[in-house]
Amino acid sequence: MTSSLGTGGARTVEILDSRGAWKPLDGLLLEVDQLQVEFRTRDGVAKAINGVSFDLHEGETLAILGESGSGKSVTAQAIMGILDSPPAFVTGGEVRYCGQNILAMSEEDRRRIRGPEISMVFQDALSALNPVFPVGWQIAEMFRKHRGMNKADAQAQAIRLMQRVQIPGAAQRVKAYPHQFSGGMRQRIMIAMAIALDPAVLIADEPTTALDVTVQAQIMQLMADLQQERRMGLILITHDLGVVADVADRIAVMYAGRVVEQADAFELYAQPGHPYTQGLLDSIPRLDQKGETLSAIGGLPPNLTSIPPGCPFNPRCHYAQDICRVDPPPPLREVTPHRLAACHFSELLLTHSPELEVTQTTEEVEAHVELELELPAPAVKLADEQSFDRGGEPL
Amino acid sequence: MSREVVLKAENLVKHYPIKAGVLRRTVGYVKAVDGVSFELYKGETLGIVGESGCGKSSLARLLMRLEEPTAGTLTFDGTDVYSQKGREMRRLRRDIQIVFQDPYTSLNPRKTVGDIVGEPFEIHTDVLPKRDRRQRVQQLLELVGLNPEHINRYPHQFSGGQRQRIGIARGVALNPKVIICDEPVSALDVSVQAQVVNLLEELQAGLGLAYIFIAHDLSVVRHISDRVAVMYLGKIVEIGDEDQIYSRPTHPYTQALLSAVPMPDPTLRNVREQIVLTGDVPSPANPPAACRFHTRCWKAQEICSIDEPLLIERPDGEAAHLSACHFAEPRVVV
Repeated sequence: MTSSLGTGGARTVEILDSRGAWKPLDGLLLEVDQLQVEFRTRDGVAKAINGVSFDLHEGETLAILGESGSGKSVTAQAIMGILDSPPAFVTGGEVRYCGQNILAMSEEDRRRIRGPEISMVFQDALSALNPVFPVGWQIAEMFRKHRGMNKADAQAQAIRLMQRVQIPGAAQRVKAYPHQFSGGMRQRIMIAMAIALDPAVLIADEPTTALDVTVQAQIMQLMADLQQERRMGLILITHDLGVVADVADRIAVMYAGRVVEQADAFELYAQPGHPYTQGLLDSIPRLDQKGETLSAIGGLPPNLTSIPPGCPFNPRCHYAQDICRVDPPPPLREVTPHRLAACHFSELLLTHSPELEVTQTTEEVEAHVELELELPAPAVKLADEQSFDRGGEPL
Repeated sequence: MSREVVLKAENLVKHYPIKAGVLRRTVGYVKAVDGVSFELYKGETLGIVGESGCGKSSLARLLMRLEEPTAGTLTFDGTDVYSQKGREMRRLRRDIQIVFQDPYTSLNPRKTVGDIVGEPFEIHTDVLPKRDRRQRVQQLLELVGLNPEHINRYPHQFSGGQRQRIGIARGVALNPKVIICDEPVSALDVSVQAQVVNLLEELQAGLGLAYIFIAHDLSVVRHISDRVAVMYLGKIVEIGDEDQIYSRPTHPYTQALLSAVPMPDPTLRNVREQIVLTGDVPSPANPPAACRFHTRCWKAQEICSIDEPLLIERPDGEAAHLSACHFAEPRVVV
């Protein structure tokens, strides 16, 4: 599916007017193809993204699911072109918007895409909004900078948007500052800014993680309504398996900078095709397990400066065999129609085949981790970890 | 079966003054905890759920006596906690310990794991002679699933989940009877969360601990708790055993909270009815009169803003459990 999409010349872009209205072909908006990003730090090169591929169609919701350090936020920032460089460098791959590689564009051209075409909602609205400008001014800035509107018109547009995202008393509150709003209202303002120029692609990076559940429900509802009304392609980045199950059409599961599985939401939850996905789903407390031990994935995600050879999940995997411990890592391949997985034994896992051998239990994984820790120089460094996720994403 | 009460809170109140102006005059109060009563039985887990600002963490601080209450009493094993002084209070503190939310900020980065886990013995010097402490710390590390040989390492050399284990080792060091877990797994990744929840359950079974488990993740709370209390704006609105709260909730807020939690199962999409509340939680400095939930409640009638519903037993379909709503009726939401 994704990786097999070539760069064939048939994909042409119609440019309608001088402002550059983009037309997706066959509804295909965005293709990320073998993207690679690394962070060059004093402690070595952290390979944050190692060949990530996926695509996004009009009106579709693609969830990128992963734990902290899996590279999901870095992927979003690379698509938006807002990675801090240095230390981050895109070392390979393409991000094509309507067929054109935006990584190769000039900064000027990228700015014309960022906002009107691809837009982003950040996790922490308080730090993403500027505290010294009124919220209305910040929303209106989109219209002033990109559309060349005068102040009064832009302000009127800002009020209209604030009403659309259901901020009560929008006309009165347009001059209020971010700190005068609650968390949920601030997130609505972020969403208003992101949809201001009617983008075709909206990337939402943990949009509700900092919010309470009742407010989370409101925000997810709002995003779903907006998406339907504008036929936006939505990339939802999250670690919350519940949110994903509620809204996603397709899911890409990331681990150590790779997509390890990609499938339709219903199929993925019904039957995971990668041991990591299986482990994640099994670690959710379920009703019928009340009072029992939860099945945890043993061990820890790898340090990105020293990803183990072979499949990056092999030290924690219950089914790891010798083949899993040698390079190259298993490629993301189509294991059943419309389902991609990066595991040598995906077919066996999907069919519950008795041939699939449990080679190590969670306890053995834990014991193995202990051994690793015995080796010199503990690899975990707080400063590095934090540079990957902005804001207070769970660690 | 008669159950032994270890901790009993009666009508606990904590109001924080709001100061303003150059004279720092008190202009109002944040009613963080406003009349909370419950009993905690030996060896059980009482889950406390609610949204931010509902007073869960203030309640935790009151139970630890890190704050003095504005009113109310707390009894531990028959002793009134807030009237204790000096040595008696310090003796009492051994029995009630806490595990904090953020394993990154709750461990001193300049101290080794041995110092951190051993610190309770430095404060309560009569528990263990000095020569035995190191060995005891190593036992504790082993108990929580860490390598005892890592006693000389620093917190930054551990991952988030391991750091939380260090915090738990410190919490159980003095053999407490009650541990207050304030969002102990909220800062951890899903796969690591399960490891820590399992550890807490093992320790409870092994050491006979009672937990107050404060969290906003309702599925984790359901898994670990025997009973659950739901808080809204400083008050408990519903309390009952795990099955009563999750299967037969009678308070509208509990129902809304449960229905708002996304379930990790796409087949429930559009099948499950979702109650989406409007607006945000009102400010605890100026909570709505009478029933505090009436401003967001779809069942609210005139009486709700005049007459405060009491937390009393109300029928839930099968039996009855405590709920504070005039129009309490069971509704299946999960």
